[in-house]
Amino acid sequence: MEDTIAAISTSLGVGAISIIRVSGHESIDIVSKIFKGSNLKEKESHTITYGHIVDGTQIIDEVLVSIMKSPKTFTTEDIVEINCHGGIATTNKVLELLLLNGCRLAEPGEFTKRAFLNGRIDLIEAEGIMGVINAKSEKSRVLAINQLNGSTSSMIKELRQEIIELLANIEVNIDYPEYDDIEQVSIKMLKSKISTITDKIQNIIEKSESSKIIKEGINVSIIGRPNVGKSSLLNCLLEEEKAIVTDIEGTTRDTVEGKINLNGLILNIIDTAGIRDTNDVVEKIGVQKSLDLIEKSDLVLYMLNNNEELTIEDIKIIDNLKNKNYIILINKTDLASKLNRDVLKNYIEISVLDNKGIDCLKEKILELFNLEKIETKDLSYLSDARSIALLKKAYQSIKSAKEGIDNSFPVDMVEIDIKECWDLLGEIIGETYQEELINQLFSQFCLGK
Amino acid sequence: MNYEIIVVGGGHAGCEAALACARKGHKTILVTGNIKNIADMPCNPSIGGSAKGIVVREIDALGGEMGVNADKGQIQIKMLNIGKGPAVQALRAQADKITYPKEMLKTLQNTKNLDIFEAIVEDLIVENNKIKGVVLENGKTIEALSVILTTGTYLKADILVGDTRRREGPHGEKPSNYLSENLEKLGFKIVRLKTGTPQRIDKNSIDFSKTREEKGDSKHLSFSFDSVPTYNIDEQISCHLIYTTPETHEIIRQNLNKSSMYGGLDDIKGVGPRYCPSIEDKVVRFSEKEKHQLFLEPESKYYDDIYIQGFSTSMPYDVQDKMVHSLPGLENAKILKYAYAIEYDAIYPTQLKQSLETKLIDGLFTAGQINGTSGYEEAACQGLIAGINASLKIEGKEPLILKRNEAYIGVLIDDLVTKGVRDPYRLLTSRAEYRLLLRHDNADLRLREIGYNVGLIDEERYNKFVTKKEKIEELKQMLQVNKLTPSEETNEFLQSINSAILKDGITFYNLLKRPEISMDIVKKYIDINFDKDILDQVEISIKYEGYIKKAEKEAEKLLNLENKKIPEDIDYDRIHNIASEAKQKLKEVKPTSIAQALRISGVNPADISILMIYLKKEYNRE
Repeated sequence: MEDTIAAISTSLGVGAISIIRVSGHESIDIVSKIFKGSNLKEKESHTITYGHIVDGTQIIDEVLVSIMKSPKTFTTEDIVEINCHGGIATTNKVLELLLLNGCRLAEPGEFTKRAFLNGRIDLIEAEGIMGVINAKSEKSRVLAINQLNGSTSSMIKELRQEIIELLANIEVNIDYPEYDDIEQVSIKMLKSKISTITDKIQNIIEKSESSKIIKEGINVSIIGRPNVGKSSLLNCLLEEEKAIVTDIEGTTRDTVEGKINLNGLILNIIDTAGIRDTNDVVEKIGVQKSLDLIEKSDLVLYMLNNNEELTIEDIKIIDNLKNKNYIILINKTDLASKLNRDVLKNYIEISVLDNKGIDCLKEKILELFNLEKIETKDLSYLSDARSIALLKKAYQSIKSAKEGIDNSFPVDMVEIDIKECWDLLGEIIGETYQEELINQLFSQFCLGK
Repeated sequence: MNYEIIVVGGGHAGCEAALACARKGHKTILVTGNIKNIADMPCNPSIGGSAKGIVVREIDALGGEMGVNADKGQIQIKMLNIGKGPAVQALRAQADKITYPKEMLKTLQNTKNLDIFEAIVEDLIVENNKIKGVVLENGKTIEALSVILTTGTYLKADILVGDTRRREGPHGEKPSNYLSENLEKLGFKIVRLKTGTPQRIDKNSIDFSKTREEKGDSKHLSFSFDSVPTYNIDEQISCHLIYTTPETHEIIRQNLNKSSMYGGLDDIKGVGPRYCPSIEDKVVRFSEKEKHQLFLEPESKYYDDIYIQGFSTSMPYDVQDKMVHSLPGLENAKILKYAYAIEYDAIYPTQLKQSLETKLIDGLFTAGQINGTSGYEEAACQGLIAGINASLKIEGKEPLILKRNEAYIGVLIDDLVTKGVRDPYRLLTSRAEYRLLLRHDNADLRLREIGYNVGLIDEERYNKFVTKKEKIEELKQMLQVNKLTPSEETNEFLQSINSAILKDGITFYNLLKRPEISMDIVKKYIDINFDKDILDQVEISIKYEGYIKKAEKEAEKLLNLENKKIPEDIDYDRIHNIASEAKQKLKEVKPTSIAQALRISGVNPADISILMIYLKKEYNRE
């Protein structure tokens, strides 16, 4: 029997609804575990049920769940599709819950692969996916790993090293029991190690869960000289996305003027003091203030007027944008061009008035912050859900190691759970080299005949 | 001369192979360079150990000889890891180097259908990629349907000591000079490996008062499920523990460049085993360690050689003298045999099928050190499997392939043929992902049925096994049905051992799950009269039920992938989307199942997906 797979099957953030698809013989059971509403197991095939996705008692999202039973489904297996309404962070959380409850994250093209292997689609389509699988999966694997925050990944690496040294010690005690000059891993020693490992995993989970971009969005500043069209752009973006314009105290120390949900990516337009005034930031408070503003921003939109010449201040500020995510916007392309573009490397031409180039800007922002990642219809997921689910599984393993000790199981039994924890951590950072443990064994200990 | 099966080599692999073939009724000839060296133990005088001891049990469960023979020849036996869980316990025995080979030779000579012949094999007769027989040194030929090569370290063997290299096998025996070249001509990829052995010391020249005695266990133990141990526990011969001294390390450091491996010889190609480095390796690689542990192991009760486990070296003799004399208790030791390193040719094992038949030549099997392994037990189990499969092939039957969740033997062979070797391969418990299922105690439950089905376990032994299985079920039933009812007395007792007191009755089965409750305690409350091995078996299966079930579930997942077969005639060049590294590996290993393909390093899940689609497309058209 094949395992049950899950993935977000809509492009993330595009549209207000995301669909998570689950396929496999356990799909109804697994979704039932995190669903509150009427009993999914009693539903007819091809029906939709309203309810909530819950994590324990906490409600995560209001959803519609479609049940499609084998064999009349895309993959011919039982399929459950969850329509989530809550944007990226919640969709991600739902996926994470599925992974924690027994689903495996689908490989790129895996739904289609199953459809073919189960005789649901024909050869020609299959030829197509073979090409997709290889190109996409390598890309997604690398992405998933790169997506990890650098410090999280090095924390996992360090932790794995700590665990493998412990594992090697236990293994050496087993394989070379007669070596009494090698320290025996005692239950007491194991207990303290496990408690350290538990704390560290917990710490990493906390760090990963507070992944800033997903939870809080990015801070964006719009900078430029007077009358370049900053407030028009802001209004245009706000209008377009029908976002709420309020004064919201952000988690940063700055005032958030407006929150824009751009295909799921939250843009916090910060410190717009001046934008709405006719007064201008650059002119009134000077270059230094602009630089401070840049410092606080995750993304700077620097606006120029097509109808004016480039100033020294412009060049100075643009120079300071080098190590930032920034987009140079040349507005008012509906007017005659007086702007010298030679010194500008990358820019987007827009006309807020004519609503031209705005889509191009949005695409550019999404590209820079790369929430969309892979655009295949089978696989678009946030690697975060995957990592966090794996981290939580690793946490469960180490907890069951602790239970093993409390139930007086011998060291080599408890080790089974520690090893599982180590494997899961390795999966997160893409290290699952089989000989790793054996190599460690012989480099850490001196053994021989 | 005309036979069904020729076994080349009389070491541990050769003996098992020859016995399996002959016992299965095939006319077999064992060709060896020297009959006196049959079942010889050229290195350590012990059988078993962690993981290896379990392999011996598996050999026995399948109907092989090593366990039975080791029981006849042991002079000390103990259970290792007794303080740990049941999954890692294993037997280790000091085997008498006189008795073990003598008894094995006797068994070979008394086996029907088996001839033993003294000669060196230098070439193979191959027609249309099919084996026809072997050519001897004198040019004479022996014809057969199948040939099993178990040549050990004898292919182009070189003994290395200091700056000298001599073309000879262990004990100064003649090596086979041309066989590996001829194998190369047939298209085999040959690799050069290296191993070593320490000095042998005259027992009478050792001052044992400076050592620590290591005794055998004080209860009867045996490898074989059929042996009834009768040895005298008090007459077991002890081993002794000593440590190297700062002086030893100083001598080694000062003479390092004289060691064959550290400059004494500059033409060494062989890769030595990571798990048994020479003493000079240890001193160099672990320079911070002040001392290294050494064991003085008796080789036999019939002569005085003591083996220094942990002291293998390729230093010249004069340096070895100084090194040995720097050890506590060995100040005046008389060296009977000097240590040496040995370099030899082996077949790169990915050229083998899981049946141990070579992919290149139909009917040619290889087993033991020639396949890149190390150790008597590793060799013996391969010999047994090669013998069984050579026979099954002649009988027109499917080969016996043990899975990774069925036996350490399965782990070993799968590792060899799937991953190849870098250095001589030794079994370790950490190589087995399902070691909780591969226990010492349940080897018969795992494998005896298979041994019976291939025809190596006779009716009498099989019936005994069936009865044992029935008894196990009977006992489990009894424990599930009967309950311990609460009484003041029982609760007082439970309290005294820190166990929760009872309010309602509890089945003995559930009671046993409590860590503090042993079968011995249960026996006080319910009349169960079973043999100890049955009581142990049931206790283990109840106590560790959670862990065992988890392992079984994992194994089931694997089985699912094992059952997805890859046809032998698959043409990987026709699958365009597989990464080129993966393609090359797949072509080399020729995995027989998706599960095996997944274990090849360099083959990633995307390649597997593509492979599966291709298989469906090409072989399963609807």
